[in-house]
Amino acid sequence: MRTKTVTFRHKWLPYALIAPQIVITLIFFIWPASQALYQSVLRQDAFGLRTDFVGMANFVRLFADDNYINSFVTTISFSAMVAGFSMGIALIMAIMADRVIRRAMVYRTLLIWPYAVAPAVAGVLWWFLFNPTIGIAAYALDGLGYDWNHYRDGGDAMTLIVVASTWRQVSYNFLFFLAGLQAIPRSLTEAAAIDGAGPVKRFVTIQLPLLSPTVFFLIVVNVVYAFFETFGVVHATTSGGPGQATNILVYKVWRDAFEGLNLGSSAAQSVILMVLVIALTAIQFRYIERKVEY
Amino acid sequence: MVERRPFLTFIQHAVLILGAAMFVFPIYLAFVASTHTAAEVSGGVPLLPGAEMIRNYSLVLGEGISAAGAPPLWIMLMNSTIMALSITIGKIVISLLSAFAVVYFKFPFRMLAFWTIFVTLMLPVEVRILPTFEVVAQLGMLNSYAGLSIPLIASATATFLFRQFFMTVPDQLTEAARIDGAGPMKFFRDILLPLSRTNLAALFVILFIYGWNQYLWPLLVTTDESYYTIVMGIQRMANAGEETPQWHLIMATAILALLPPVVVILAMQRLFVRGLVEVEK
Amino acid sequence: MSNIQINNVRKTYPGGIDAIRGITLDIADGEFCVLVGPSGCGKSTLLRMIAGLETITDGSVSIGDRVVNDLEPAERDIAMVFQNYALYPHMTVYGNMAYGLKNRGVPKDKIKVMVDEAAATLGLSEFLTRKPAQLSGGQRQRVAMGRAIVRQPQAFLFDEPLSNLDAKLRLKTRVEIRDLQQRLGTTSIYVTHDQMEAMTLADQLVVLNDGAVEQVGTPIDVYNRPASVFVAEFIGSPPMNLMPGEIDESGLVTPAGVVAAPAGVRHGAVTIGIRPEHLHPASDGPLRLKVRVVEHLGASANAHGTVPGHAVEMIASLTGADLPAKGETLGLTVAAENLHLFDPETGRRLH
Ligand SMILES: Nc1ncnc2c1ncn2[C@@H]1O[C@H](COP(=O)(O)OP(=O)(O)OP(=O)(O)O)[C@@H](O)[C@H]1O
Ligand SMILES: [Mg+2]
Repeated sequence: MRTKTVTFRHKWLPYALIAPQIVITLIFFIWPASQALYQSVLRQDAFGLRTDFVGMANFVRLFADDNYINSFVTTISFSAMVAGFSMGIALIMAIMADRVIRRAMVYRTLLIWPYAVAPAVAGVLWWFLFNPTIGIAAYALDGLGYDWNHYRDGGDAMTLIVVASTWRQVSYNFLFFLAGLQAIPRSLTEAAAIDGAGPVKRFVTIQLPLLSPTVFFLIVVNVVYAFFETFGVVHATTSGGPGQATNILVYKVWRDAFEGLNLGSSAAQSVILMVLVIALTAIQFRYIERKVEY
Repeated sequence: MVERRPFLTFIQHAVLILGAAMFVFPIYLAFVASTHTAAEVSGGVPLLPGAEMIRNYSLVLGEGISAAGAPPLWIMLMNSTIMALSITIGKIVISLLSAFAVVYFKFPFRMLAFWTIFVTLMLPVEVRILPTFEVVAQLGMLNSYAGLSIPLIASATATFLFRQFFMTVPDQLTEAARIDGAGPMKFFRDILLPLSRTNLAALFVILFIYGWNQYLWPLLVTTDESYYTIVMGIQRMANAGEETPQWHLIMATAILALLPPVVVILAMQRLFVRGLVEVEK
Repeated sequence: MSNIQINNVRKTYPGGIDAIRGITLDIADGEFCVLVGPSGCGKSTLLRMIAGLETITDGSVSIGDRVVNDLEPAERDIAMVFQNYALYPHMTVYGNMAYGLKNRGVPKDKIKVMVDEAAATLGLSEFLTRKPAQLSGGQRQRVAMGRAIVRQPQAFLFDEPLSNLDAKLRLKTRVEIRDLQQRLGTTSIYVTHDQMEAMTLADQLVVLNDGAVEQVGTPIDVYNRPASVFVAEFIGSPPMNLMPGEIDESGLVTPAGVVAAPAGVRHGAVTIGIRPEHLHPASDGPLRLKVRVVEHLGASANAHGTVPGHAVEMIASLTGADLPAKGETLGLTVAAENLHLFDPETGRRLH
């Protein structure tokens, strides 16, 4: 790690400075995580009297469990949709805002604030809109001949959480796309225009390639968001249902721990999630390293 | 823009305005619902604000929705404010100090400390729900402001942000301060802190929103209503057992829950955007 | 006030770089000492060891009568002016100048008196409430000076304080620094790689090369009697002409002809040094220069060329209106006392 060449000398001060962070990290991060690791290889009997070492059995059982596999698939398709839609919409908006040089900041103001809305609150807002009896969106869909009911229909429920999660995330992506687009020198697009490239061609051949690091970075961020931060959306609206239709991994871990009280399985699920975060973080850092090289 | 094409310009603005409208729509509707009576809302949501705004808001703020077992909103708002501010200030303080330590001192175990902090990036609360809950329970921190905030204030991102910023502070400034008789803490207070002002403010905006919007954590560590935060409390109201939800009041709560962070983001837009982009660098 | 003694000081950076290889210097009370040398020779390192910003690997540094090796910079009672000034960007000019006094616990009203006085000395009084960003480069430089003088330290340390200024301002500030130092009588060490600055400012000039002292003396001394080929080349502009030669019974044999040798130099191979301004045109002179380019400088002109039949480059600095044309071969003379002779093996002066 890079350091200053000019440093202070002091026997205990640096330790005192770093202690609060380290203590909190150890108590609330490292220790619980190691507990999860430890518990993931144990199994408790029904009365909590005996605990046995079972090796990888909890993991084996999980992957043999249709519910878990189902939850995995649900999470992946949910994440893909949230990342895809929120990035797609954000990119279109950013391109438009980038082109209207003068009022770009006005539009930015109009578009960024949903980021401040908690996922759970976003969920409640859309839940209300889509409420089968009084929701205006459900009413409109009814008018189009579609009988919306996210209490009964798994697809509707999934749509609801995708919409709510996407709605909140577009602003974040929009900000980064807009910043990315504005960082591309005008002279480049102007040169391309002089070379006879129309707006679409300019976008595809000049702007998009230069934007690719942003795209890549946002994919990782959005997947992390959809995997972990959307707990509130699910919990506040569908509660994983109907059936298992919106039972994403994070929600399942929580439910298995606090409602199912299955310690070993919940711990094993935590460990799998941990591996996922580590993988995503590693990807993100490789990206950052590359960015530094340029 | 390179060329003038009025039609294209028209499309642009149309798309942007439509987009902005789509963003506002759910909130507008929530606001409208919050200004009507229960009966008006349950007969299909009206599209224009009604006359019950003051009554609804003073009801939720003062008394809460008794049927849902949620405390008055002013308590939840206060709890949210305390939690958000504690998390924000706590994160900023401990990150500033630890970044100062790793950048401006060479000491044994420095790398170990750095990696310990780094690891927190990979351990969001969602992946260690149960064991963290158990630790907090054992420490007797359930249903307390300390339990709501302290476990969340370790932060690798903020530490990295400050570390990155400190690295850009010229070494000669440090040397000049040393010659001027400033020890490490004086240098920190008189030079480094004032220079970090913009970064501090930007981080403050981001972290306040982060803290305010916490959901899973308060859900885990509070069972006592008097510690409910508004973001989690709204869920308790919405899923209030068998009763039909009182939509007009839930929506009033939703508006109150999202108002503070939205106001912060809009009031400090420049700082927010800057902070966001910096944090992710 | 106080003298500074540097006793066999060494610096080895982590990684085994020997930046300073044993330097001993004595700087008298009130003296203006200039450290000069090419980039990377260790000037800044030496200065920073005196300031306490760099640890001393070996040897000792004393300021006044105190060995300061283990003292913090602030305890050494010195002030430093940095190349990029290192002004605190968030403090006003007043704040910048007052900071060191405040840290030393000087009472507020006394600080005000001291800062006002220093500001008046440097003509900064009207800028006291401004931030560094609102000042020009020259004004910032003066604030950096002000921060140094306000504390009335035992010594001033300067690390290339003028290199961020334009040529004209550099000249003006150079004079101001010298004037100020003489008025205050504060012992000063000044680092530069600009030999004009070095010559004009120094009471004592120290030429450094690769972490060691090449020569110490007054500027005139160093100019007139360079102790080595390195110093001869480094000090003086245009640089001294150097060519191989030999001393025998006939005198000094140069590639350009035979001249009278200075007294008391051993026979054998030598390196000859002649400053361009010591070459005078004389049609029957013993030296020859085939002119390639003539540079007109106004008061004088430099004739660049080679010695006919040899690859040796030579420059002659000429005055007067009668200048040679390109391609012309010029006859030149040099007085014996203006010849510098060095040992070709060691590069040291032979007389
Ligand atoms: N912190 C350091 N670590 C290792 N080597 C260093 C360090 N600082 C300087 N050096 C090396 O020590 C030698 C002397 O450096 P110094 O900065 O004193 O040179 P200088 O004479 O001031 O040059 P300049 O005129 O370019 O400022 C150089 O070879 C340099 O590379
Ligand atoms: Mg230097």
